[in-house]
Amino acid sequence: MATVEKEQQAVSTNGHYKVIGTRPIRHDGVDKVTGRARYGADTRLTGMLPAAMLRSPHAHANIKSIDTSKAEALPGVRAVVTSADLPDATDRVANLGEGTVNLKHLSDNVLAGDKVLYRGHAIAAVAADNIHIAQEAVKLIQVEYELLPPVLTALEAMKPDAPLLHDDLRTDDLGEIADTPSNVATHIRFEKGDVEAGFAAAEVVVEREFHTATVHQGYIEPHNATALWNADGHITIWMSTQGTCTAPQQTAELLDLPVSRVKVVPMEIGGGFGGKISVYLPPVAAILSKKTGRPVQLVMSRTDVFEATGPTPGSAIRIKMGVDGQGRITAAEAWLAYEAGAYPGSPVGAGAMCVFACYDVPNGKVDGYDIVVNKPRTNAYRAPGATNAAFAVETVVDEICEKLKLDPIEFRINNGAKKGTRRIDGPVYPRIGMEETMAAIRDCEHNRTPLEGKHRGRGVATGFWFNIGLKSTAQATVNPDGTVALIEGSTDIGGTRASIAMQLAETLGIAAEDVVPTVVDTDSIGYTDVTGGSRVTFATGWAAYLAAKDIQGQMIERAAKIWDCDVTAVDYKDGGVVGPDGKRFSFKEIAAEAHKIGEPVIGRGSADPQEPGGAFGTHLVDVEVDMDTGKVTILRYTAAQDVGTAIHPAYVEGQIQGGAVQGIGWALNEEYFYDDQGTMRNSTYLDYRMPTTYDLPMIDTIIVEVPNPGHPYGVRGVGEVPIVPPPAALANAIYQATGVRMHELPMSPPRLLHEILKQRASNGDQ
Amino acid sequence: MAKKRVVTTTINGEQTEFLCQPRQTLLEALRDVLNLTGTKEGCSNGNCGACTILMDGRPVDSCLVLAVESEGAELETIEGVAPAEGLDPIQTAFLENAALQCGICTPGFIMAAKALLESNPHPTEQEIRFYLAGNLCRCTGYDKIIRAVQDAAKSREEVTV
Repeated sequence: MATVEKEQQAVSTNGHYKVIGTRPIRHDGVDKVTGRARYGADTRLTGMLPAAMLRSPHAHANIKSIDTSKAEALPGVRAVVTSADLPDATDRVANLGEGTVNLKHLSDNVLAGDKVLYRGHAIAAVAADNIHIAQEAVKLIQVEYELLPPVLTALEAMKPDAPLLHDDLRTDDLGEIADTPSNVATHIRFEKGDVEAGFAAAEVVVEREFHTATVHQGYIEPHNATALWNADGHITIWMSTQGTCTAPQQTAELLDLPVSRVKVVPMEIGGGFGGKISVYLPPVAAILSKKTGRPVQLVMSRTDVFEATGPTPGSAIRIKMGVDGQGRITAAEAWLAYEAGAYPGSPVGAGAMCVFACYDVPNGKVDGYDIVVNKPRTNAYRAPGATNAAFAVETVVDEICEKLKLDPIEFRINNGAKKGTRRIDGPVYPRIGMEETMAAIRDCEHNRTPLEGKHRGRGVATGFWFNIGLKSTAQATVNPDGTVALIEGSTDIGGTRASIAMQLAETLGIAAEDVVPTVVDTDSIGYTDVTGGSRVTFATGWAAYLAAKDIQGQMIERAAKIWDCDVTAVDYKDGGVVGPDGKRFSFKEIAAEAHKIGEPVIGRGSADPQEPGGAFGTHLVDVEVDMDTGKVTILRYTAAQDVGTAIHPAYVEGQIQGGAVQGIGWALNEEYFYDDQGTMRNSTYLDYRMPTTYDLPMIDTIIVEVPNPGHPYGVRGVGEVPIVPPPAALANAIYQATGVRMHELPMSPPRLLHEILKQRASNGDQ
Repeated sequence: MAKKRVVTTTINGEQTEFLCQPRQTLLEALRDVLNLTGTKEGCSNGNCGACTILMDGRPVDSCLVLAVESEGAELETIEGVAPAEGLDPIQTAFLENAALQCGICTPGFIMAAKALLESNPHPTEQEIRFYLAGNLCRCTGYDKIIRAVQDAAKSREEVTV
């Protein structure tokens, strides 16, 4: 699908800054276009052994016995591990950077104990002289299973007679622990106002049920880990991870070792989107290394990635919303059931907080359920939980607007959340840009151009994501030539070396190219939380800002010494120090002078910011539907987002475009297609069918900048919210094109065609 | 286990002999025997294009070629794209257009784009989208990749004029 010719969209450029808002070449760019950048699977160590894993062919079974003797006897096999080699994790609970984690669950997910809970569940691993021997040995491991019936959807798993995944899981129902085991791990509720009175005051009430399929993050680089358990008891792990500092924490806990014994060397990471935070392979590779005395490398296959990592939950959602004659929302209710996968921990909490977050809802009630099913344990995926909820609520909003003959953009502006609005779950918004993104879409050239043609439609939807702050560290060494070596703990998943370096450069008044950023291992930098939650440019950028401020202070002291004056007479401005009588050193000059007269200048910054500033995005899409096949073609797409301040606008646009396209894939094609035995039938890229170049037009972006009052440069997280609006925007566009309301994701050709034919039948129009 | 075979090829302009097992793919041989790790593995069944290289000028998924099949072939990998000094216009265009985020798919895209521009120096947007549909990128939404290839086509034209 090629892009329709159109007038060029103006891109917002921020005129306040010298470096921020410009588009320098990223510092790691040359390595990545020449093949020199080293990703996890590119690790090559002397004596390194490859390893392969045995995974469950069944979705739900008890393991009666595991016999590894034939595998061990195969020539070339160096070691075999099973869960018996992992320390007992029973009843240990730890905080591992993602909130509290039940270690037994984490450990069982790494290597199954007495039960497998999903197809692809890891059971054993073999290290051998080459990968082919390892794979052959895996086939020689004999496992005796006792098959159990699988349960594959939230609604099925909630039934009282459903097969149970965990004998010891009892529902935490609004804080009360139930007496009998269940697949429902938790039930949460948020309430505000008087919902019944709110609905009574409504002129129109719409209530609908929605279903969404399990989908995967789809990063192109499979999970990997290369571990060396050294004779001194120290473990080094080379891996691609979103959590440089949380991966060693998790690994150490699973191996029951102090965290100081595990060092992670973060290799370049080939995508994550939330799916590369949990630890799968490092403890297994570490134990294999301990047994063999050699470094061991584990790399997943693509099918392993689909069957045993990620995904984000399938869900069932009911939305009820009431609107009065003036077009004001009077009440809203949501019921969300999210599949956690094999172990508790779906993002239903976030979904419940986000569901009505774009609106000023006077009376609301939200119930959320976290439910275990025989699918891989779910993990974060870009604004986890929010996209499912937005698909439901934004479709209902569209239907209400139609019933009341209201413009869907004006309705959203009139009812939109703004500074001072209290969400149903409690928080009151600071300055946010929901209204501004809606206005940007209302006024854009795309929206002002009428859409013509048969079976074509235009849809709009909006979305919210919190973003997070958390801890970050940066350290900056001033070189005598006036360049700065910046080291940081945030793995760079999409250009953050540049966005962090640019904030340091801005603060010092030097060029972005004069900063050399490096991501270092966990022994070399202070604790830094995950590359996730849209936090790196916000929080690690803040740490770099603080490191630059520290350098400014030291430069002022050094200049005062040189000029023989009081430090209060020296100021740092315009990229250098200024003193009495018009004295001035540029940064380069003071860097050289400082080197002559004293100790090296090193700036340090560590941050734990609390106000990440919520992000809002509004998307507009034109589609054409083939009424004979149900295929949806995207004609034009525009995404507007409040980004606070765009540090590197090209990578901000890239985040918006990439997020939008993941949302498009989720909306139109992607799903885990299970048979009734719980086997994923489409565990290859060919069949999982993510969007390709040929499925899409250009994705136009409108950068809206409502600076975040909680950041020195006004940064808001950017990466996550753009995945939230697309499914609803597309559903609304499909409705305009076909008259069919879709309540299920993905809106793939067979599903859409089914609805089109149903509508024709009910119209008597065969 | 079958005996290893000697394979003689030209890789990035240099005659190269290597040993491989008959069952090893060309991708495995490049990465594990020759240490040319710039060619990436994303799926190993020909669906993602991350392992795209040029074989006698044609783009192939090196995971779908057995190493022994490359006997006598001319291979070009990402490591051979840049001249001794500087970068190829396609590489420069990818950088200037911010056409990569995580970068794992980038070598494959650059190889596919190179093959496209060699055979069709002035592709339309539609032709670029059709030609690159065998390469998956999960980060960018492709917008900036398409623009980079359009830019590269322009700058290659300037170089040849």
